[in-house]
Amino acid sequence: MPDVHILVNEFVNQLKKRKIEGSQATAKQTAELLRSVISQQRVPQTNQATALINAVRAVGEKLIAANPVELAVGNIARRVLHIIREEDLSLATAAIADLELSAVSDDEDDVERDDYPVLSAAAVAAAARSTLRPPSLQTLLEDAPISAAIPHTSSSGGDSEGKSRSVDKGSRGRKLKHDVIEAVNELIQDISTCYEQIAEQAVEHIHQNEVILTLGSSKTVLEFLCAAKEKKRSFKVFVAEGAPRYQGHLLAKELAARGLQTTVITDSAVFAMISRVNMVIVGAHAVMANGGVIAPVGLNMVALAAQRHAVPFVVLAGSHKLCPLYPHNPEVLLNELRSPSELLDFGEFSDCMDSASGGGSLHVVNPTFDYVPPKLVSLFITDTGGHNPSYMYRLIADYYSADDLVVKRRPVTGS
Amino acid sequence: MDIRRASHPVIDPKVRRVGFFDQPEPESPHLPDTPPPDPVSSVIMPPPRLLSERTAAVPVPESRFRRHELDDQVPIGSYNPAQCVFRASPTASITSSSVGIIDGEFSEDCSGAGWFRGSELSFPDGGLDLPAVKPHEVLAENRYDDAVNVNNLRRVTEKKHETVKEVSPDTPSVSQPLKAKTTKAERRALQEAQRAAKAASKANGNSAVAESGKASPAKSKKQSSQKKDGPPVTSSVTIYKKSGNHPLEKERKKDPPPQRMQFDDQNRVEKAKRRALVNQTEARNRVEIFRHLPQYEHGNQLPNLESRLFQLDSMHPAVFKVGLRYIAGDISGVNARCTEMLRALQDAIIDYSTPPEKVLIRDLTAKINSYVSFISECRPLSISMGNAIRFVKSRIAKLPLSYTDTEAKTALCSDIDRFINEKIIIADKVIVGHAITKIRDGDVLLTYGLSCVVEMILLSAHDLGKKFRVVVVDSRPKFESQALLARLIAKGLSCMYTHINAVSYIMHEVTRVFLGASAVMSNGTVLSKIGTACIAMVAHEFRVPVLICCEAFKFHERVLLDSICCNELGDPDAVATVPGRMDINYLDNWTNKENLQLLNLMYDVTPSDYISVIVTDHGMIPPTSVPVIVREYGQEHYIT
Repeated sequence: MPDVHILVNEFVNQLKKRKIEGSQATAKQTAELLRSVISQQRVPQTNQATALINAVRAVGEKLIAANPVELAVGNIARRVLHIIREEDLSLATAAIADLELSAVSDDEDDVERDDYPVLSAAAVAAAARSTLRPPSLQTLLEDAPISAAIPHTSSSGGDSEGKSRSVDKGSRGRKLKHDVIEAVNELIQDISTCYEQIAEQAVEHIHQNEVILTLGSSKTVLEFLCAAKEKKRSFKVFVAEGAPRYQGHLLAKELAARGLQTTVITDSAVFAMISRVNMVIVGAHAVMANGGVIAPVGLNMVALAAQRHAVPFVVLAGSHKLCPLYPHNPEVLLNELRSPSELLDFGEFSDCMDSASGGGSLHVVNPTFDYVPPKLVSLFITDTGGHNPSYMYRLIADYYSADDLVVKRRPVTGS
Repeated sequence: MDIRRASHPVIDPKVRRVGFFDQPEPESPHLPDTPPPDPVSSVIMPPPRLLSERTAAVPVPESRFRRHELDDQVPIGSYNPAQCVFRASPTASITSSSVGIIDGEFSEDCSGAGWFRGSELSFPDGGLDLPAVKPHEVLAENRYDDAVNVNNLRRVTEKKHETVKEVSPDTPSVSQPLKAKTTKAERRALQEAQRAAKAASKANGNSAVAESGKASPAKSKKQSSQKKDGPPVTSSVTIYKKSGNHPLEKERKKDPPPQRMQFDDQNRVEKAKRRALVNQTEARNRVEIFRHLPQYEHGNQLPNLESRLFQLDSMHPAVFKVGLRYIAGDISGVNARCTEMLRALQDAIIDYSTPPEKVLIRDLTAKINSYVSFISECRPLSISMGNAIRFVKSRIAKLPLSYTDTEAKTALCSDIDRFINEKIIIADKVIVGHAITKIRDGDVLLTYGLSCVVEMILLSAHDLGKKFRVVVVDSRPKFESQALLARLIAKGLSCMYTHINAVSYIMHEVTRVFLGASAVMSNGTVLSKIGTACIAMVAHEFRVPVLICCEAFKFHERVLLDSICCNELGDPDAVATVPGRMDINYLDNWTNKENLQLLNLMYDVTPSDYISVIVTDHGMIPPTSVPVIVREYGQEHYIT
């Protein structure tokens, strides 16, 4: 227990100091931390799930408060909560099944269980998700109390485990924890490989001689473009440098090193160049439930220019970036102002300011994020395929349970 | 095409206006069909609303022409009435597609150099009409005669037109059917012929006054079109006479029509290089779609040029200095560049003395041409500079022959002073007066880049005691706005500073956007510092009014649709490094990577629908009224 506290505090500190960059790294570390929280959590005989949920929720609350604009933290906390609920549910149903049925082998189990409405619903939902087809109305209705289906990997794992073991109270406690940890491991795995799954779809979207514009740097975008390049597509990339962090330089260097025809442009040249661009492909910081995107600063401008010239605006986002919240005034509330030193050298204007008698004042505004409204986004490409902005709410419902949307009693993340 | 033309006798109003354009002197009113209040000088600037009404009131066919000019340029080449419109103003040579006019005139010696050269491509014959001064005029004549010999028919037409010039009211009837049948090539030949004819007639002792090369095709077409209504014929002839007297140095041309320099044209680049004084080295890793623009390595030619100061005796030191300062980037901002250039030319004119056996008008124009070509080698001319050069040259061309050197020089210097004073300094004051009425207490004004007019507006609004805040938006690579910011803060304004990416964040609280411009095109688009379009777009999206503050001398007849065709490339190395940020060094040695390019565009084009109003010295106008200003006042600089 104490070491978990230390771990949590350390992570909270890092978040507060903004030492962790990028939603993927944050998501991964959050998941790892929550995994250790779960493994260290002592579970009582009854109500184990509630105990776990409370523990995770307490930690999640702290983490979210540490950096409310890093939505990935909240996303992961919610997903872990969701996993716990799902595992608990599947264990419970398995228990019921075991009680009513004599022991059956794993293989027959699935077939047999189709007779039981709850079980069959879960199975259908899992099957539906695994084939990426929207769940049927029946599934939706039956799933309603659970609010969403379980990520199929975890659910199937849980199911089989549940079936293979006998339903003994004591072992079930360990069982739940074990299952949850397995599922979280898979989640971590998913997070670290999501860009590969996204990149696999690159060839479907990039054709020969295409001209692509991107802004700033994103690992997902880099992998996406390189995947298309490896498939022997030749195309050009314009990289806007993404002031004030100039990550575009890094991306351009990487792309050029991998043999892509790359041109670095200033951010101000985006409007001038976009008329010669076929597609805008960018990464995101987070995707909101309404299909809006919290993205690196400058992307709203790019999206507007793309809309003006009818250029498709494609956002790549791993599933850990899907946030179940609806944004309210996201430009301000889900934003963060960085240090002015990125724009002006310290002391450069101090002499002007000293003449305070004259009344001149200077504020330097250096926001980190932009909000791109859903109407400007043509397509989201996630690790589960391409989606319209209007469909994001449903995709999100697959990953989160409605009970967890508010992690703490006070409203989460300020929105 | 002929049918189209025949079915539109509507050209008349146009022609009439053309005539009126041609009238430098107030004699025009006696023309039978010119509307009485014609002389440009007497036109009073109507309030903006009136202005737009005026545009609307223009006869339909007029707008047809306009549209043709704007939209389909290729047909224009063979569409005479339209062309006639272009040729109509002898000085301005309104080819909608060409900025190049500017250098069309000086490009004789610098045909390799003017980057902002008019795209005469669509006017294969147009180029011939933009002559520069040829000191050895007889030679040129001969050459033209040779060219003319190609076709006897042309000879005939030439004769005819010569007779036309001799004021014979019935000739048009001859020339018109002829013209109606001519193909484009023939017409072109015809133009050449006319020019040659004029040359001949002039050489025959028609006074040493140079005729406008443009006047002749304009005239012939005017006549042909005017043919449709009988009476005006005489008037058009008078017009011709006048433009003939009108001492513009539009003279025969050398063989290559001065197109806008396209730097993907190997031959011409080679030629230009041989002529150039500034030996620029081509930048490496160039961006493919900007092959047509010059891109040189920066910073290495300065020492070289400096060392050659004493070898270039043809170059006036003042001009040389300005050129070097352009290269070094000391002077930025359109107004500053323009003023400095005019001052340098003024110095050069003061030190000028006519060599024996030469005519001041021609020799000085040639000199100016070579200066301008040097300057444009140092840095491509901006459109407003082109306008200023056009003004200077037209003033030279219009010097009375009786003037002595001293008189001429004083006249020119005072003209240049007047231009700087009226078109820049006073114009700025007028703009400030207009724009300041749009600032209210509590406003948050956003500005971008470094525009001296906008700065003046902000400062004088502050002086008036208005309470407002200013958002200064800056961008890479130069961060010019920091200078503006420092000055504003020093004057006690409360400011916010941010970079262009954050503009959507800040736009929520902004109530007005004030932007400067480098040039305003006649289709209402604004050529301005790169990034202006982004700002205007975001402002438009947030329903914030965008005010463009721009002096009228920056207006140009040319049209632009995108930022690719006509632009200027800056130093790509400026993109690779970020001043003050040592950690951004990913792009060091970028030239070694052959598939990595850096692009540093200087300008972009803001579509007119993002612009709420353009504040000029003639008042506040919507972008749709730009062609009106160009039409009504464009000639003013040159004629008055």
